[in-house]
Amino acid sequence: MKHLLSTKDLDTATAVGILDVAEDMADVATREIKKLPTLRGKTVINLFFEDSTRTRTSFEVAAKRLSADLINFSAKGSSVSKGEGLKDTAQTLAAMGADAVVIRHAASGAPQVLATSGWIDAAILNAGDGTHEHPTQALLDAFTMRKRIHGAASRGRDLDGVAVTIVGDILHSRVARSNVWLLNTLGATVSLVAPATLLPSHVAEWPVTVGYDLDTAIDASPDVVMMLRIQAERMNAAFFPNTREYSREWGLDDERLARLRPDTMVMHPGPMVRGLEISASAADSSRSTVLEQVANGVSIRMAVLYLLLASEGGAL
Amino acid sequence: MSFVIRGAALPDGSSRDLFVENGAFVADAPNGAQAIDAAGLTALPGLVDLHTHLREPGYEQSETVLTGSRAAAAGGFTVVHAMANTSPVADTAGVVEQVWSLGAQHGYVTVRPIGAVTMGLEGSRLSEIGAMAGSRARVRVFSDDGKCVSDALLMRRALEYVKTFGGVIAQHSQEPRLTEGAQMNEGELSGELGLGGWPAVAEEAIIARDVLLAQHVGARLHICHVSTAGSVDVVRWAKARGIDVTAEVTPHHLLLTEDLARSYDARYKVNPPLRRDEDVQALRGALADGTIDIVATDHAPHPLESKECAWDEASFGMVGLESALRVVQLAMVDSGLLGWSDVARVLSEKPAEIGRVAGYDTASAFAPGTAANLTLLDPSANRVFGIDDLRGKGVNSPYLGRKLPGRIVATIHNGYATVLDGELVDQQEVAANATRYEAGIHSA
Repeated sequence: MKHLLSTKDLDTATAVGILDVAEDMADVATREIKKLPTLRGKTVINLFFEDSTRTRTSFEVAAKRLSADLINFSAKGSSVSKGEGLKDTAQTLAAMGADAVVIRHAASGAPQVLATSGWIDAAILNAGDGTHEHPTQALLDAFTMRKRIHGAASRGRDLDGVAVTIVGDILHSRVARSNVWLLNTLGATVSLVAPATLLPSHVAEWPVTVGYDLDTAIDASPDVVMMLRIQAERMNAAFFPNTREYSREWGLDDERLARLRPDTMVMHPGPMVRGLEISASAADSSRSTVLEQVANGVSIRMAVLYLLLASEGGAL
Repeated sequence: MSFVIRGAALPDGSSRDLFVENGAFVADAPNGAQAIDAAGLTALPGLVDLHTHLREPGYEQSETVLTGSRAAAAGGFTVVHAMANTSPVADTAGVVEQVWSLGAQHGYVTVRPIGAVTMGLEGSRLSEIGAMAGSRARVRVFSDDGKCVSDALLMRRALEYVKTFGGVIAQHSQEPRLTEGAQMNEGELSGELGLGGWPAVAEEAIIARDVLLAQHVGARLHICHVSTAGSVDVVRWAKARGIDVTAEVTPHHLLLTEDLARSYDARYKVNPPLRRDEDVQALRGALADGTIDIVATDHAPHPLESKECAWDEASFGMVGLESALRVVQLAMVDSGLLGWSDVARVLSEKPAEIGRVAGYDTASAFAPGTAANLTLLDPSANRVFGIDDLRGKGVNSPYLGRKLPGRIVATIHNGYATVLDGELVDQQEVAANATRYEAGIHSA
């Protein structure tokens, strides 16, 4: 594996392999000294064209735990905001000797352009591109599900037969896309629930079942309910009438929460809008995996950095 | 300048020698003529492009009248229609006369400016259509291409008003609200790639509206770059109703599909977008059965930096003049859908007729007394299309690295050569011949 651009490219063995390495990385976090020397001398650049404190920090912690030199190259206040394009930025980072570039960009496909352009030879790690993909988020979500289901016996397991319902703005969600492909590869069954306006064109061709009604989906007793953040500005573009109606139809409120099985996981990629797509008690309930997701995010990102940089693109 | 062209195959399949003297075809071999051995070559009437972006004035970093004319000649064209989306916009007699006279001065092709329908392409007030029609540029085609005349009332008035001057509106059919943020064809793939969708209905709805408007006011309508199977159905229906509508398809929509967007390589970003294979097949069928009248390039040069970036940030458009005939050979001739006489119709006679360019009707093609405009093609060639095949400023071709049949061996414009042995003739020589031809016309 030279780059991580998309979960669509991952086969089952590779995906399970990443999750297993992340298990090892998670063990590091339980030690007194949470640091491995593995990536000493490697330079990892966080290239964030979009603000994202959570993801950027997660990569930063991951890189530092592996002893890599991590440099944040934020677009704001840099030459990028003065009109420097992707090409010049990439060539600049290449000249500085970056071994890996973690890129977050508002344009779908920007990481792939970096990886295939020849401007830079570093490993490219997609940390979220437009409305395309966010592969490490999907990997950490899968890791979280596996851990909850299989606990200490997680290694080597996929997600065969796990029923996952993803609710909300699928159309604009890179998290949903990465999850759909990865969960499908890992053997889970995925259903999407959203108003028709927030489902992608031709979603019927995806390896998922699609429904409009959240109550029906809850009655089907899923193993996982993943709520996606809803951006209030979507209502200005006529995707839905207002936040009240959205919340009533597609929000995970207390009544719907109570109807879930006690062991059903409630997931959210964050940041949450409490009271809109998820109620406060749903977010804070024992079903909620929100904080585990954050912790597991570090393990997954350590695993991916390790596999991209320490194994020299070799066996994964 | 005179030529004896020996043994060329004409579009109808017959083979004979062609003689050119003083700008026109003549019946007998002129004395001292330059001989061109055309055995194995196909002679086509000079190609006419109804949809070219020459970028001058204003965007000379992308293309100029000269560089675009050279690209056109290299592709076998003798006439191009220059789109109005320059800076300043071609919405006054002054701008269209400037573009026209630059074309005449350089001489590689006849440059026919297209006038903007609305002032500044802003879609609110009609531009000076009468002044442009009456200018030395004699504008007959009006288009806001790049933007759609989306206001129904303004479109109605424009259709009516150009009737006064024998003109035609060439509509860029794109409902603007339905295509906000659009990046590629809307479908399963746009959903997967996370690129904004450009739905077929945004094109089809405008075409449906406009053919009905054209019928209502009894005007002539031309539809630019038809790209979907649904649009073909609407045009077919309109023609069956007797509506005076013509339609064009670009070479790239006859060959390429949306799957190329998977690479996120912005060379494949174009407006309207590349569509599905079903659309490509429908467009080929429609061109073969005459529902679509012509092929037009939509040659859209851009500087490198407009394409070497993320897809969302890249400009729409591809260059097409140099590759058009070769792509048409691949998509339509080699596939058995069109013969060479059909190619002459869709790439020369019909576009000239729509643009009201004289001298390109089939009846007088290659006939003594007709202005000598032709191109010689070697249809047996089959080479990889490379940067060396591009002659304009733009290198944003989707065909680089792809094998294309055909080779343009010679192009003759108004009786003088612009391309010989596959190479462009020197700029000064072409300009001098153009001046000589103009002087001959005016003294005759």
